[in-house]
Amino acid sequence: MFSEEQIERYSRHIILKEVGGKGQKRLLNGKVLIIGAGALGSPAALYLAAAGVGVIGIADLDVVELSNLQRQIIHHSIDLGTPKVDSAKRKMEAVNPDVRVVTHQTWVGAENILEIIRDYDFVIDGTDNFAAKFLINDACVMAGIPYSHAGVLHFIGQTITVLPNQSPCYRCVFPEPPPPNSIPTCSQAGVLGVLPGVIGTIQATEAIKYLLGVGDLLTGRLLVYDAEGMDFHISPIARKRDCPVCGDNPVITDLRDEPEAMNVCDLG
Amino acid sequence: MTQGRYENHEVIMQTVDLRGVCCPTNFVKAKLAIEMADIGDVIEFYLDEGEPVQSVSRSLKNEGHKLLDLRQADGHYVLRVEVG
Repeated sequence: MFSEEQIERYSRHIILKEVGGKGQKRLLNGKVLIIGAGALGSPAALYLAAAGVGVIGIADLDVVELSNLQRQIIHHSIDLGTPKVDSAKRKMEAVNPDVRVVTHQTWVGAENILEIIRDYDFVIDGTDNFAAKFLINDACVMAGIPYSHAGVLHFIGQTITVLPNQSPCYRCVFPEPPPPNSIPTCSQAGVLGVLPGVIGTIQATEAIKYLLGVGDLLTGRLLVYDAEGMDFHISPIARKRDCPVCGDNPVITDLRDEPEAMNVCDLG
Repeated sequence: MTQGRYENHEVIMQTVDLRGVCCPTNFVKAKLAIEMADIGDVIEFYLDEGEPVQSVSRSLKNEGHKLLDLRQADGHYVLRVEVG
């Protein structure tokens, strides 16, 4: 049963025919992990907390820096120097004391990712580098955990939702990380601060829809958002039989870090 | 709608007093009560006159429930709904 406070807090959800009290209970029983408490993770974490997702994990090793605040809206000026996971947890609990925030102040790598993700129903990739994105894809596919991929750069963002072994994975679209010399260096990499707000919010939407079992997920379709031209474009994507991780004969069967693909700084 | 119509069902009569509860919380509480019930159950809601009785009735109908009858009582309305 809901408390009087919960009835008020979640009233605009419960009113929705597609949610109702039963759907809200599903959210309260849901467990979502956000990897990266940065620009994508900020709106995702705040909306998932507001929605009453019962357990929200947040993983990030970094501390809050001044250059983060232009886009990482869960962190405030007063949080400079604080671990991002602690700063994020405070805001999420302030939004909604119903939720339990589990912090993982660690670098998510090949050696620990399966241990971290295994307790969650859904994972949001809010990371800022290709190594992490491929690692998260491979780990979620191997563990059978649905997840939302996203990336942002300049004025462009992209996102796709992956239901392992049912819908195309990130490697069905991009079999391997781009060559190191094609990845922007720190000085080239800018991002419009509001852009990850849009994409991270779409990721949170997908997590909530997945928990509710409502609507159509962004599977088999890559959404590309061009903030400069203000255009949303969806490309259909098919599963690849020769996908290195979810194809018929996967060649990637062990997780490994790809350090050469890690040199985009701090955009996530 | 006659009494006999819903005597055919296995009726669990429940009364939910929503007097003094504002919109849309009254509808939220009505909806939660209905979710706990089974299809065919009949629930009686006490609603304030004006917006509450109008909007809660309309919203429950839109959700696919059957409005059996509405009668005015002492300063409020009694709405009987069959869960659809």
